[in-house]
Amino acid sequence: MKKIGIKEVVAMGIGTALFVVLTNVQIPIIIVPNTGMQPRMAVLAFFAAVFGPVVGGVVGFLGHALGDAIFYSSVWWSWVFPEAVVGAVIGIFAGKFAVKEGGFTNARNIILFNISQAVANAAAWIIVAPVLDILFYKEPVNKVFAQGAVAFLLNVVIIGILGTLLLVAYSRISGKSSDLKAEE
Amino acid sequence: MSRLISYEVKDTPVHRLSGFTKLVFFILWCLVSGLTFDTRILIAMLILGLGIYVLAGIRWKQVSAVFAVIMFFMVLNLLGIFFFAPYQGCEIYGTRSEIVHLFGGYTLTREQLFYEFNVLIKYFTVIPAVFIFLVTTDPSELASSLNSVGVPYSISYSLEIALRYIPDIQDEFTRIKNAQEARGIEMSSKGRLMDRIRNTASIIFPLLFSTMERIDVVSNAMELRGFGKKPKRTWYSRKKLTSADMAVLTGIVIFFAVSMIITFHDGNRFYNPFIR
Repeated sequence: MKKIGIKEVVAMGIGTALFVVLTNVQIPIIIVPNTGMQPRMAVLAFFAAVFGPVVGGVVGFLGHALGDAIFYSSVWWSWVFPEAVVGAVIGIFAGKFAVKEGGFTNARNIILFNISQAVANAAAWIIVAPVLDILFYKEPVNKVFAQGAVAFLLNVVIIGILGTLLLVAYSRISGKSSDLKAEE
Repeated sequence: MSRLISYEVKDTPVHRLSGFTKLVFFILWCLVSGLTFDTRILIAMLILGLGIYVLAGIRWKQVSAVFAVIMFFMVLNLLGIFFFAPYQGCEIYGTRSEIVHLFGGYTLTREQLFYEFNVLIKYFTVIPAVFIFLVTTDPSELASSLNSVGVPYSISYSLEIALRYIPDIQDEFTRIKNAQEARGIEMSSKGRLMDRIRNTASIIFPLLFSTMERIDVVSNAMELRGFGKKPKRTWYSRKKLTSADMAVLTGIVIFFAVSMIITFHDGNRFYNPFIR
């Protein structure tokens, strides 16, 4: 595995801080316990796609645990781990996206990003979260899967719209500064 | 916005413990709370938790707002459980003693009430642990204690950076939000879904881009100071373990072992008062 560089260390820290701050920003849709549309998911997808799976996983895990702790003074552990899954899975393709080099402007990468985020969210909210809910809290099976399915849908939508837009915009801006070429 | 919970400098027995001790305590405490469904242990934890609360000198005012939010979510969650599975309790405890028939297929049973009561207190045992941990542990010391339990220092350092920058980014968020509102962008929950997403995006875009810049600035500064050159580092804020630390550590390990034995000795995580 690649060694974690200084930039990744800082990105993990500040990314987590941003994720925590956005905990309180929610777009309420329908009343299902503890579920709303969360713009912070788009930010998590952004950090994963730019900095890779380690940063994505850590931002998801620490961000969710700290955000819960700081805002609600309690941690719903069975939903913390899936968050790490989302970040890590999207992050796997970070090399392909080449967001910083301006590579995230073509349709191929946008489609790949959205497929990977759908897969990541499915794994996290339809498999990991309900299974952990049953394991930790022995909650009713149909309730946790209904909750998981709602979370899956909401996250796919918010990441699909906001996450994609953020990545495209950032890729355009940061790609421009790389007009300079190394001397040969 | 609700006030954030953060470290507060004080001198109580809990504050004097090392971050390492509190971290181990916190992890084991959460494990027990997650694994057990034994009502007796949960109630013991609830009482013990309240005891430490008082010992740590935390005022009710610090907690009350958060407490109200949690209660709201918990009520929603408990209603959700009942709505989706009104007989989950009967399944778990294997008996069925009805209290009153409500409507349709929904009958209130003693087993269901008892099961939901367990979910509730299970949740409430974690709250004091999280709260005490956050309020009494210095972020820098927390990073050093994570490092001392074997977490690589780059990861512990990210946690320290996260805690350090939460207030800064919070400020920036408020500033951007105010600026956008001054430009006439509606932030309330009115409007259609796409509009709401667009309005939220008008905060998140500038916030994210300034965050990316901040990452560059901070990582350059750290690079200039030679961060990450050596495989190990020392910590200014690390505390030595005292005899009080050792006592707490021994206590929590024993507590963990005993509660695991009580929970699993009959091959079932549940304490069942319905079997006679």
